[in-house]
Amino acid sequence: MSNGLNKILLSTFAAVIAALWALPFIYSVWTAFHDEKYSANFQWDAPWTIANFLEAWQAAPFSVYFFNTLILITIILIANLILCTLVAYAFVRYKFRWAGFLFALIMVQLLISPEILIVENYLTLSRVGLTDTIIGIALPYLTSAFGIFLLRQTFLTVPKSLDEAAQIEGAGAWRVLWNIYVPLAWPIYLAYSLVSISFHWNNFLWPLIVTNSPEVRPLTVGLSVFATVDSGVEWSLVNAATLMTTAPLIIAFIIFQRQFVANFMRAGIK
Amino acid sequence: MNKRLPIGLAIIMLGVPCSLLVAFTHYPAIQALINSFWNNASSRRPSRFVGVENYQALFEDDRLAQVLINSTIYALGTIPLAIGLAIGMALLVNSRLPGTTLMRLSFFMPTMLPMIAVANIWLFFYAPGIGLASQILGIFGLPSINFLGSTDTSLASMMFVAVWKEAGLFMIFYLAALQSVPTNLKDAAKLEGAGSVRIFIDVVMPLLRPTTIFVAVNALINAFRLVDHVIVMTEGGPNNSSALLLYYIYEVTFRQRDFAYGATLTVLMVIMLGILAIFQFWVLNRKAHYQ
Repeated sequence: MSNGLNKILLSTFAAVIAALWALPFIYSVWTAFHDEKYSANFQWDAPWTIANFLEAWQAAPFSVYFFNTLILITIILIANLILCTLVAYAFVRYKFRWAGFLFALIMVQLLISPEILIVENYLTLSRVGLTDTIIGIALPYLTSAFGIFLLRQTFLTVPKSLDEAAQIEGAGAWRVLWNIYVPLAWPIYLAYSLVSISFHWNNFLWPLIVTNSPEVRPLTVGLSVFATVDSGVEWSLVNAATLMTTAPLIIAFIIFQRQFVANFMRAGIK
Repeated sequence: MNKRLPIGLAIIMLGVPCSLLVAFTHYPAIQALINSFWNNASSRRPSRFVGVENYQALFEDDRLAQVLINSTIYALGTIPLAIGLAIGMALLVNSRLPGTTLMRLSFFMPTMLPMIAVANIWLFFYAPGIGLASQILGIFGLPSINFLGSTDTSLASMMFVAVWKEAGLFMIFYLAALQSVPTNLKDAAKLEGAGSVRIFIDVVMPLLRPTTIFVAVNALINAFRLVDHVIVMTEGGPNNSSALLLYYIYEVTFRQRDFAYGATLTVLMVIMLGILAIFQFWVLNRKAHYQ
């Protein structure tokens, strides 16, 4: 009946929408692999080349930028995993005075994120002499209210009987955390890590303010400097650099697509 | 029953994380409030208490008025559009149509990209005479439009970029919500003779409310805190037509080096965010309980 026709129409509509949505990105990728003279004139049979990537890689210290970004996300991720675990564990397993008030104070960071406080945070950093350093970029992000919230929700689901059984066996606070709470929260750690890595790989405004010298710039800041200054605004070069700096995330996403989406969902819903 | 937290453990578990949090969230917020009552120090004289002078300047600042209007249009335009598109995308991806994996990839890809990369891609897309937008207009014999260089189109062009980047992320949350809708509810509605549109409006939509609250609050915070594309694509121009509040704070503080006014603007922003968040929660919660 008309059901079959409907389905064909709807499929076509969906395919067109999806194709249009991807068009700016696909065109950017296409330009990155073609000579500059084709960037303003699309020709479907233009010859492919990787010269833009080689030229862009040499025109700016992208290897330094990559290294800085890796250091930055590693510092933040490790600090987040440890610090958020400790706080969440304290809130779930113990009772103490002002616990509710303290938790509310922590959750303030969800609303007033470090990006909004760039003015005063920059003054703090310059007072302690940490501007233009990677640790300076990382400092405001070392504890995350989002991470604390997520882990607290997860730890709350750990059965009390498991905890008590371990205590009877003579396990102390740290053994209980390490052998019971952390293993049970494993999927959440994975989800949180993915969110954290992609957030800090992509973060721009704060690193832009804090850094001055190429030696400490992360990829995003390096890319923006390249796109406006170093490239002489040759579009094929800019597109090649853009693709190059985001490629690791894109490849990781395509490989881990299923887990990534599932984990994003879990991170968002709980 | 939970045990009391021994003081030693409390210091180990809460000491470092909480002091970091206070140092970079609460302290700067309070410091901004204090600094907003002082003027800038210069090489000749130190900073001096000026009372509400900085706040009076807020009211006389024509650029700020423009920036606040822009931010309002930006938030009111991008949030509903991104949410609407996200629901549509989630329905498509969740359907039994062929090619849903590719569709999901297409919709979600922009979310993975850094805003800087997105800005570069769209800068190229919009480039007058060169970009794909101009080439497509050219095919239809239309003159090329300077999307980012004209006061009429610059803000709308930025809003489109933001929707393009964010809708895919919100889609993921709606996808999760759609997949958790119990099938027996839908089957029951179908037995009663409801069409798929009726089922969506009467059965599925109410179940999406909590997701919408979550997404809307997130989108609002993002609309305020993400201005990377403004810095890269237009620098707020032309003539302030695409400047958003956080961009203005950045420009006043780090280009014009006016830290006192920057602090005052920060206070304004924190207050606005607080009011908006409370308001949004209250309105959406009330609607949620209504049914």
